[in-house]
Amino acid sequence: MDRVITLDLEKQTVREINQFLHHDLGETSARVEILNPFGVHNIAVGRDAPVDVDIRGHAGYFTAGMNKQARVTVHGNVGWSVAENIMSGEVRVKGCASECAGASGHGGLVVIEGDASSRCGISMKGCDIVVGGEVGHMSAFMAQAGTLLVCGDAGPSLGDSLYETVIYVGGAIHSLGADAREEPLTADDRATIARLLAAARLERDPGSFKRVASARSLYHWHAGADHKAYS
Amino acid sequence: MCGIVGFLAKTPELRANLGEFVVPMLTCMGDRGPDSAGLAVFESPTPGLLRRYSLFVPRSDYNWSDLRGRLMAHFGGEINLIARERHALFTAGVDAATFRRHFESHEPELHLLSAGRSISMFKDEGHPKDISDSYGFTKLTGTHSVGHTRMATESAVSPAHAHPFTAGEDFCLVHNGSLSNPYSIRRKLEKKGIRFETDNDTEAACRFLEWRMREGNTLEEALRQGFEELDGFFTLLMATANKLVLVRDPFACKPAVVAETDDYVAISSEYRALAHLPNARQANIFEPVPEQIYSWTV
Repeated sequence: MDRVITLDLEKQTVREINQFLHHDLGETSARVEILNPFGVHNIAVGRDAPVDVDIRGHAGYFTAGMNKQARVTVHGNVGWSVAENIMSGEVRVKGCASECAGASGHGGLVVIEGDASSRCGISMKGCDIVVGGEVGHMSAFMAQAGTLLVCGDAGPSLGDSLYETVIYVGGAIHSLGADAREEPLTADDRATIARLLAAARLERDPGSFKRVASARSLYHWHAGADHKAYS
Repeated sequence: MCGIVGFLAKTPELRANLGEFVVPMLTCMGDRGPDSAGLAVFESPTPGLLRRYSLFVPRSDYNWSDLRGRLMAHFGGEINLIARERHALFTAGVDAATFRRHFESHEPELHLLSAGRSISMFKDEGHPKDISDSYGFTKLTGTHSVGHTRMATESAVSPAHAHPFTAGEDFCLVHNGSLSNPYSIRRKLEKKGIRFETDNDTEAACRFLEWRMREGNTLEEALRQGFEELDGFFTLLMATANKLVLVRDPFACKPAVVAETDDYVAISSEYRALAHLPNARQANIFEPVPEQIYSWTV
C-alpha cells in the first residue's frame, strides 16, 4: 500500500504546505492528504510532479492553480478559480465550484462533479473541463482551445466570443453568447464525449449532448467585404 | 476589494452571543478590507416613542456625560447613554428628525450614525480586528447583524466613508464593489431634497433604496428598481428591523456565499469566514445567483 503523508492546515500555514509540496516532497509514490482546509486559498498551487493530493474538506480560491502533472482531488467545494491556468494533470472537485473554474487552463483535465458557477472555462486555452452538474452564466467566454463538457444545464450567454473551444451540453442551454452556435453532433464528437466521460468517470449517453462551437464571424477580419468608406 | 458579513440568529442562545459569531467572520474578512470596518446589530424594537441612536465623534477625549446632560436639559426626560471610545449608543424618547436637526444645529462635531427602534452601529478607521477589540464587538447581542471590511477604491478612507451606510430608520447597507453612476443617482435624489453626508458611491445606493421605501415600496420592490438604476459591480447586503437581504449585480462580479442551518443564516464574501461556525460543514452552503433577491426574516 502507498505511503500517505498527512498535512494539516490547522497546524501549518498554506505557505508551509505549498513549500513542502514544491521543494521537500521530491519524487515519491506517496499520496498526500491535506486536512482541515476550512476554505483557505491557494492550497496545492503550482505543483509540478505526478503526485496524488487529496484535500479533505471545502477549499478556497485558486485551489491547485497552475497545476502540472499532479492529480489533486478536493473532497468538498471550492471557491473561485479552481485549477486556473492548469498545464497538465488532473484536478477533481467532488462538490461544487464557484466562479471561473479552470480559467485560462492550457492542458490537463478539470472535473467538477457537482455544479460550476459562472465563467467556468473562461479563456481556456487547451485544457478539458467536465462538469457533472450545471454551469453558470458566461461560461467558456472567449475560450480558445480545449473542450468544455457540461452534463447539466448551461446558464446565459454560453460561449460568448468563442474561439476554437468546443462545448458539449447535456441539459438545456439558457442562451448562447455572441458568435456561439449550435452545430450537428458528429461521430467524432460522440467519440470525444465518450473519452471525456470515461476520463471523468461519469456515466452519460454521449449521443444526448448538444455541440456548441464558434461561428467564426467575430474573429475573422472581413476587410474589404463590406467596406463602404471609399465607395 | 472589501468584505461583507451578515448573520441572522434563529435561536435565543445564538442571539445572546451574536458578537461571538460575527467577530471572527469580520476579522477573517479583514484580509479583504484592512483600512476600516463597521458593524450594525439589530435587537428587539424599543417600545413606543423610544428610539436607539448611535453617535460618532472624531476624537477620543470627548466628554460624553456632558453631552448626556445637555441633551436631558434640552429635551427633558431620561436619556440612557453608553459611551465606547469614539462612539456612544443611547436611547431617548425623541423622534429621529428632531434629533438630527438638533445635532446639526447644536452639536456639529457629532455624527449621527444610525437611528431606529432596533439598530445600533459602529464604524471606524483601522483594521477590523482592532476595531472589534476596541468597541467590544464580541459582547454584542441581537437578532441579526451586518458588517463590512473596507479596502477603499473610490473615495477617502475615513470613519464616515466606512460601511455600513444608513438612511432613514432601521435600515443599513454594506457594499462590495463599485458603482459607475453614483453621481447621477445623487443628483436625482438631491433634487428631491435628499441630503448626502459623503461622496461615497455606496451612500447613493443606500439613499436610493431608502427613498423608494419611503415612497411606499418594499425593500424587494426597491431593489428591483435598483437593478435598473444602479450601474456597476455590487454585492449588497442590507438589514431592516426584521430582515436580512442579499443581492448580486447582473454579472455577479463580486462574491458572496451563504451557509444556513436550523440555528442561523450566515453570509460572507468568502467561505473561509463561515468555515469555523458551528456545524458549518453540515450547513446548506450556496452561492447567490445574479439579480436574485435573497431575504431572510427574523
